[in-house]
Formats: sequence, structure tokens, C-alpha cells
Amino acid sequence: MNVAGGVVQAVVVVGGAPLLVGVMRQVRARLEGRAGPGIGQPWRDLRKLLGKEPITPRGTTELFRLAPLVSLATVLVVAVVAPFVTTVPTVGPAADLFAVVALLALGTVVLALAGLDTGTAFGGMGASREVTILALVEPTLLVAIFALSVRVGSTNLGAIMTATVEDPARVISPVSLLAAVALVVVTVAENGRLPVDNPSTHLELTMVHEAMVLEYAGPDLALVELASAMRLAVFLGLLGNLFLPWGLATGTDPVALAVGVLALVVKVGVLGALLAAAEVFLAKLRLFRVPELLAGSFLLSLLAATAAFFLA
Amino acid sequence: MSESLYTQLLYLAAGAFLLTAVLILWRRELAVIVRILALQGLALAVMVAVLAAREGSVELWAVAGGIAVLRVGVLPHLVRRALTGAEAARRESAPSVNVASSLLAAAGLTLLGFAVSQPLVALAPSPATQAVPVGVTVVLIGFLVLVTRRRALSQLVGFLLLDNGITAVGFLTTAGVGLVVEVGVSLDVLLAVLVLQLLATRMRETFGDTDLDELRELRD
Repeated sequence: MNVAGGVVQAVVVVGGAPLLVGVMRQVRARLEGRAGPGIGQPWRDLRKLLGKEPITPRGTTELFRLAPLVSLATVLVVAVVAPFVTTVPTVGPAADLFAVVALLALGTVVLALAGLDTGTAFGGMGASREVTILALVEPTLLVAIFALSVRVGSTNLGAIMTATVEDPARVISPVSLLAAVALVVVTVAENGRLPVDNPSTHLELTMVHEAMVLEYAGPDLALVELASAMRLAVFLGLLGNLFLPWGLATGTDPVALAVGVLALVVKVGVLGALLAAAEVFLAKLRLFRVPELLAGSFLLSLLAATAAFFLA
Repeated sequence: MSESLYTQLLYLAAGAFLLTAVLILWRRELAVIVRILALQGLALAVMVAVLAAREGSVELWAVAGGIAVLRVGVLPHLVRRALTGAEAARRESAPSVNVASSLLAAAGLTLLGFAVSQPLVALAPSPATQAVPVGVTVVLIGFLVLVTRRRALSQLVGFLLLDNGITAVGFLTTAGVGLVVEVGVSLDVLLAVLVLQLLATRMRETFGDTDLDELRELRD
């Protein structure tokens, strides 16, 4: 048991996720020649939303009210159990690949149900699109991380990362490279970034995630936004730690934890800035072309898994 | 060269080789496909160069150089030249199997390639023969491109993919099939590409298009 590590991870992810979104928006703004609102803006938005009166649309059920909480709770659990700062597990075997992926999927599914619960056209459309993408993304995510776990012989994320820390040469192998490309596509698709979805649009016909949560307002919206920012941070953190695990603490002493936090912030910050910079040059894909992109990333993850078995 | 470095470089080249084959299947713009084809030639040349450094054979180094010139420079250049005239045929507009399905088919072919080459690997297990399935997979993906694409140029790319795969299997299994044989095969491929390029240009001049399905309809 490692309570300190879990608490530090939760604090860093919750506190840092809105800042990450702020950094990404700021990078985009600067590259597009705008001044940008500053990296603290998402936190200011959250504070404003939390201060508002809770409103729910007429005719919605408890599911609509619970969905933001469940969505936030699943990401929070992932932030506590998965290895972001230290590889020493907080809650025993919960840092398992399948548990983490299932938790992340649960958060999305609950929001999709809430979107359907509103009974509006946009909610249903957004939910249907989100589930289409989810169905294609989950297998890719599982197979890609599974490919990395083959050589370690364990699906525990902490064990995979520890093995990479001990033997950095693993990163430069076909398995890692193919899995890395697949996971980048997964991160982009799961978090509704360009070219799969445009996070800053409210153009009705093209939005995916935004359409699903269109009916939320006030504190509920704050929870949904915080959860989606945390999902992004969690995905980027996993990506960074799986392929560049340097700085990850393997013990629980305070110095190692501090180094781990610093390394996590730098890695996630750099990955986020790169993602935002890449988005400036991308246009959104047509929705019907998205399955093509995801089928491609699934193929890459499958190639990674086969390569892990045959080229090892 | 140390054993682990050799293995790692070889597998990295093999991974790039496979990745480029998948990208060729994935992308639609013919200009991009030709650029990826050149990258694949480079990966093949690197693979042969790694084998050459391992064997310490001058002949194999020469073959690696030859492969680099032919497959990175000459062949993509020829395909690109056939492309520049065709304004309308810049994209593979309508493959007979859509891209998402053909990517999934490629996933199946990969598994098939790995399954069927297991006996081959078992004959003489070594780092090089472990990578043979990659070559077999590229051969199968080349076949897939050849049968599902409609444009003459895409089919030409499929043919080159097939040939790259065969060459890779040859080098990985035997560590060099002899300079004379390799030169002969390479000249054969060069000739085939020249003839096909001429054919594609002629077709476009006569019919204004290189969609081979249209040709079949013309014949009846």
C-alpha cells in the first residue's frame, strides 16, 4: 500500500488537468496569432460554473444527474491507481491494464447514456457518434498496451513501466513504435481532439463530445469539463510513461516522488503542447472517414502485438 | 557489431518495412503513396545493409547500395513521372474494397503471414529468419493492393510492394542470393516497371483515364 503516492497523483492530475487544457489553448492561440486567454482560464471557467445554480432539463432522470459524478469518479480512480508519479501500486492489482481501460470506458458510456437521457436530437446524435468511436477505440487501446505487456509477462501497468525504466533500449523496437503510433491515435480519438472531433466548436452537425453534453449547465457542466480535462491528462500521462518512463519514481520516498511529479508535469506538458501545435495544421476529418483512421490504428496495434510475439 | 544491436537494428528496419506497407494501403493520394514506397525501399536497403555488416560481406554491401539506388531513387522516380501527366488520377478514388475493410483485411493477412511462415522460421531459428514473416506479410499486402485497387498506377505500386516483400524474404532466409541473381531480378523489375509505366501513359492518352475496370467494360 502506498497512500502518499496515490494522493500526490490525484492532486497533481486534478490540479494540473485544467492547466494542461489552458496550456494547449494558449499554444493554439499563439500559433494562430491570437493573444489567448492565459493558461489559468479553464480554472476560472470552472470556478464560475461551480458558483452557478444547478439546472437540469425537464424530463431527465437521475441518470442525467449522476453521470457527471460517475464520469469524474472513474477518471479520479484511474488517476489514483495507475502509475503516473510512482510505479508502486496504490491499491494492489488495480493498476491492471484491463481495469484501467474498463474504468475509462465506463466514464464515456455513462456520459453517452446521459446524452440519450435528455431525449434531444443533439444528445442522441452525440451519444451515437461517441459510442461508434468508443467501439473502435477500445480494442485498439487494449491490444496496443497488451503488445507492450507481452515481453514483461504482466498486464500490470506499473510492471510494464518498471521494465522499460530498467531497459530503455526497449523503446526503440518495432513493437514500441507501432504501439506508440496506435496509442497517439487512440488518445486523439478518445479525447475528441482534431482530426476526430473539434474541441472548440459548437457547430451542431460536426460535434461529437460537445453534442453529448450540450444539456449540462452550472456545476454539472463544471464536473463534465473537469472530467474531460482529466481524461486528457490521464491519456497523455499514460502515453508519456509507457514510452518515455524516465523520472518515474520506483520507490515512495519524498524526493523520488517530487522528481516523479516534475517529470510527469514536463512530459504531459510537452506532449500536450505538441498535440496542440499539430492541431493547428489539421482539419477535422469527415465523420465517415473516422472509422478508416481508427481501423488503421487498430491494424497498427495488432501488428505491434504480433511483432511482440514473433520478433522477440 | 554486437548481437543485441544487430537484432535491434534488423527488427527496426523490418518494422519500418511493414509500417510503410500498411501506410501504402491506408493513404489515397498517389503522390504520398509513391513517397512512402521510396521510404520502404530505404527500409529494405537498411535491412540488407545490417545483414551485410553482420556477415562482413562486400558483395552484400554492394547489393544494399544497388537496392538503395533502384528502390529509393529509380523506381519511385519512374512511377512519379507517370503520375505527373495525370491530373485527374491523383487519388485512388474508388478502390473496389473500401479502405477501412482493406486495413482489417491486412490485419488478417498479417496473422496469416505469421502463421504460414512458422515452419520456415523453425527450419533455422535466427534473428534474421524470425523477421521472415514480415516479408511474407508484405507480399500478401502487395497482392491485396494489386487486386483491390482500380488505378493502373496503384496496381503498379502493389506490384512493387510484392517485389519488395519477395526480396526481403530472399535476403532474410539466405543472407544474399548471390550478386548475379539479385542484379537479374532487379533488372527484371526495372523492365517491368518501365513497360507498365509506358502502358499506363498510353492508356491515359487513349482513354483519358487509367481505371482498369472501365477497360473491361470497353472490351465487351
